[in-house]
Amino acid sequence: MTQCLNILVVEPNADKALEISDALQENGWSDVTVIGLNADIAEAVASHNPDLILIDLTNPDRDTLEHLSMTSQAQSRPVAMFVDHTDDTMTKAAISAGVSAYVVNGLHADRIKPVLETAIARFHMIQKMQTELVAAKRALSDRKMIDRAKGLVMRARGISENEAYNLLRTTAMSQGRKVADVAQALVTSADLLG
Amino acid sequence: MMSSVTCGYLPLVDSAPLIIAKDLLFATQEGLDLTLVKQPSWSAIRDHLAFGQLDFAHLLSPMPIAMSSGQSGYPVQIDALMVLALNGTVIGVSTDMANRMAAQGWAPYFDNPRATSAAVLAGGQQTLRIGVPFPFSMHRLLVDYWLRQDPAFANDRVEIISVPPPQMSQALRNGRIDMFCVGEPWGSVAVQDSGAVLVLPTSAIWNCVPEKVLGARRNWVTQNPATCHAMVRAVYRAARWLEQPQNVPLAVEILASSKHLDLPDHAIEPALTGQIRPRSGADPLRVDRFMVFHNGAANFPWRSQASWISAQLGVPDQSQCFRSDIYRAALTPIGVDIPNASAKVEGVLSEETPVTNPKGALILAPDNFYDGAAFDIATETTPKE
Repeated sequence: MTQCLNILVVEPNADKALEISDALQENGWSDVTVIGLNADIAEAVASHNPDLILIDLTNPDRDTLEHLSMTSQAQSRPVAMFVDHTDDTMTKAAISAGVSAYVVNGLHADRIKPVLETAIARFHMIQKMQTELVAAKRALSDRKMIDRAKGLVMRARGISENEAYNLLRTTAMSQGRKVADVAQALVTSADLLG
Repeated sequence: MMSSVTCGYLPLVDSAPLIIAKDLLFATQEGLDLTLVKQPSWSAIRDHLAFGQLDFAHLLSPMPIAMSSGQSGYPVQIDALMVLALNGTVIGVSTDMANRMAAQGWAPYFDNPRATSAAVLAGGQQTLRIGVPFPFSMHRLLVDYWLRQDPAFANDRVEIISVPPPQMSQALRNGRIDMFCVGEPWGSVAVQDSGAVLVLPTSAIWNCVPEKVLGARRNWVTQNPATCHAMVRAVYRAARWLEQPQNVPLAVEILASSKHLDLPDHAIEPALTGQIRPRSGADPLRVDRFMVFHNGAANFPWRSQASWISAQLGVPDQSQCFRSDIYRAALTPIGVDIPNASAKVEGVLSEETPVTNPKGALILAPDNFYDGAAFDIATETTPKE
């Protein structure tokens, strides 16, 4: 099933842009254009004449789009999706997923809704993946830090790895801090003292 | 008990009162656990405020009016609880354009709006592309107000486009725009990186521009009066601290090292000291009242300022958005001198003027327009002849 809607995705992060455009194409919207970093958004809107623009809520280029919505000809005016109050639940879902949409050619709400639902779902997935990635990186760097601290304590006190870890853990507990933070402080001091 | 509040801001020099309120613990003293949330754009801060993801926000002063009148984003009543900063923005042109202006006999003034608009519009029929940060900004309203008065002005001579401030310098360098109006530090950055020539501070057009305000949703304000009063007091004390000349060097240091701003000290200093370098290699010029945080009742949200903005935007009067009543209720108990009136005739004070109020004499800052205009709500509401 193909649906003829001309959709413009504005997303400087290439991986994320690909995710979104894949999600749209999998669901039958084949006419998707992506513009990224340093693109002239006003020029892109004029040349592609999209029906719908999807853009990250936090993208600074939105300020330029907002201005176009004031100054363009009525025919090609991008209008932010939530201006008309038609679907507040959908609007709140979009805001929390971090996606905003601009309707250009007075497209009917029925035709926007499925696109937005797809985009919201994919934005949520990307958010979740990013959060997980950050957590995983953090866990890895914490573990490395704790390993280095353990090594320092083992050498300085001539104790076993288990004993070193227990010492770090009791210190952290008595100070109400995380083991990784105590380890970080120790490693920093050791680096400073050479 | 501390109450937790969030305040969104854009990393511009005029967000300083919020950062000082946080970092020097003025907010803590008022029982507020204040979290500052950096925002990437005016559209984003507007939406996050409108949908309740922020309690307070650093807003361009036309934004509460545009949002309340349904002109910008999701229509919701937004109030301005106080003015955060006056002035502080500059108009600059590209090197090419400065050369064209010089060929028309323009001397590098920094205080002559008439001669400058004549030179900007003289010679040539091409459309000038002018970058401003957001459609609902004093930048756009003042550029429009200023150029329209020039005899050579025509609608098709000027195209105003929105460019996020951090991209302004690059847009000038790439030739996307010929001219800009932007808040510091981005004017100085364009001078340094893109050969921009600064031609006017906007204070030369109106010397009392309400540039940024502290905004909040009206529903939320009604439900949380004590929190709003505490926030107004905290930011008021921060603004007063910022304006003491002896604190300026320390303020530059605090702002430069603050994680909130992420700007180097040489980008912050010109705005706080009023020493503006109009072109690369030139000596800095001292601009009086370049960015005002406090003096002359600067923080008072005059309803007449909101009326002026409403009139420029062509929307019904939204003077009730500027909450002089809340400002008064928050600050009267701590003995602050506050004007008795909530509105004034804008544009008639040409020097610092004492006014009487219950406490004695309060000094109001000058508020002239360069064309000598006076704006009076009372006469504006009736049709002009």
